[in-house]
Amino acid sequence: MIELQDILETNRMIKEQNLDVRTITMGISLRDCADPELEAFCRKIYEKITRTAENLVKVGEDIEAEYGIPIINKRISVTPIAIAAEACRTDSYVAVAEALDRAAKNVGVNFIGGFSALVQKGFTKGDLVLLDSIPEALARTERVCSSVNLASTSSGINMDCVARMGEIVKQTAHLTKDRDAIGCAKLVIFANAVEDNPFMAGAFHGVGEAEACINVGVSGPGVVMRAIEQVRGADLGVVAETIKKTAFKITRVGQLVAQEASRRLNVPFGIVDLSLAPTPAIGDSVAAILEEMGLESTGAPGTTAALALLNDAVKKGGLMASSHVGGLSGAFIPVSEDAGMIAAVERGALTLEKLEAMTCVCSVGLDMIAVPGDTSAATISAIIADEAAIGVINNKTTAVRLIPVPGKKVGDSVVFGGLLGHAPVMAVNKFRPDVFIARGGRIPAPIRSLTN
Amino acid sequence: MKIVISVLGRDRVGIIAMVSTVLAENGVNILNLDQTILDGFFNMIMTADMTQAKISLKDLQEILRGKGETFGLEIRAQHADIFQVMHRV
Repeated sequence: MIELQDILETNRMIKEQNLDVRTITMGISLRDCADPELEAFCRKIYEKITRTAENLVKVGEDIEAEYGIPIINKRISVTPIAIAAEACRTDSYVAVAEALDRAAKNVGVNFIGGFSALVQKGFTKGDLVLLDSIPEALARTERVCSSVNLASTSSGINMDCVARMGEIVKQTAHLTKDRDAIGCAKLVIFANAVEDNPFMAGAFHGVGEAEACINVGVSGPGVVMRAIEQVRGADLGVVAETIKKTAFKITRVGQLVAQEASRRLNVPFGIVDLSLAPTPAIGDSVAAILEEMGLESTGAPGTTAALALLNDAVKKGGLMASSHVGGLSGAFIPVSEDAGMIAAVERGALTLEKLEAMTCVCSVGLDMIAVPGDTSAATISAIIADEAAIGVINNKTTAVRLIPVPGKKVGDSVVFGGLLGHAPVMAVNKFRPDVFIARGGRIPAPIRSLTN
Repeated sequence: MKIVISVLGRDRVGIIAMVSTVLAENGVNILNLDQTILDGFFNMIMTADMTQAKISLKDLQEILRGKGETFGLEIRAQHADIFQVMHRV
């Protein structure tokens, strides 16, 4: 027996508080597509993706209609291309990216992730070809997302790759400068990347995954905020408890959608990702939750503590609601995609350094941050190294998605549109890390005890 | 399959009759009905069973949406599981 009150509450969450399922992402293995001929490989991956994901969008839309819950994105992740394409006799994987893009368009998904390399300890030939291909691939395709994992707690940090990624980010920005460096919004640089992340731009289908699987990312910052509005003035234990209960409800919907999609597509259910993912829509902001807890602005002292509470409570509530939790599972703080974050930067309350501190307690890192176009490759590399160090030492995923926008300086604004939102260009520390970055090599894996 | 039909809008004569006629015509069996007037607004939640239904949930949604528009009502028909999973452990 379902109570009237419960039905009204659920529909209020959906209609007024932006509750939605952020993404159904189908992971597809491309390991069986290897071929020495580039053209044959591209044909095989195109055929496999379009065949496996043929009904993905339709099933997503059917579930959306029948349950009355919006499902914002349907997406695909594939085996890292540096692995899948490694047998190809070629010095460029741009054609592979174009094949992925065509496949994504054919099945109607808005992003396809996996133009990726896992190089935390070193490069194979395929990894190097992939890295060299990233700028052009992102400039020439619309829906392909790229990621590079260059550090892990068990391997340390590949500083040769860190140095290269600064250059690659700059080159990607340059090749897409007529579109405000949009290519950089599709490139994520990870430490401790996870193999089952459903969220873009960092999704790829890990080598330990099944032939295909369905991963679901839930959302609902608006629902969490409305819930804690109801406990104004209560102590933070009550706030945490309220967030837990709300996260449970949100996650149950994600679990239902994941199981239903898995059943209808006849593809095994992988995981539900418990991340709180904001959108630029008003009332769908993680920053607004922190401010509802009592901070004048996100970025104020106390922000890291408030975010730690939020992130932990979301996980505790969500864990029991889903049979398999995975992915990134933490609150996202992408600047351009969160109206509250944008406002905090614009009022001067939130800096790059404070964002870095915040990434110590939540996923996923310095995300969707526009920086001045004249930021040097070495500085970008050094920011990547700092973020990777936080991930490696704290045994968590961290990432960097920086956009050095050619021709823009601090105070300017960049508009990406849609879910990517708009970003105020943020100030970067002017002191130079060039000599440090030029050293290269590897930062050794950290000690796992004596962890102070 | 169990569904939940929620109806919201300004109160007038014949809302329940209209909704139940649509359901009866299409073989959808009403299991439970909860209705109240809040500030002049008609609020109704109906649970129904589609096991013997002659049409799909999508088609039923279309019919109810059309009827709702002529009556000035917002009518939603949803798979009941979404409420069940969210509010029951």
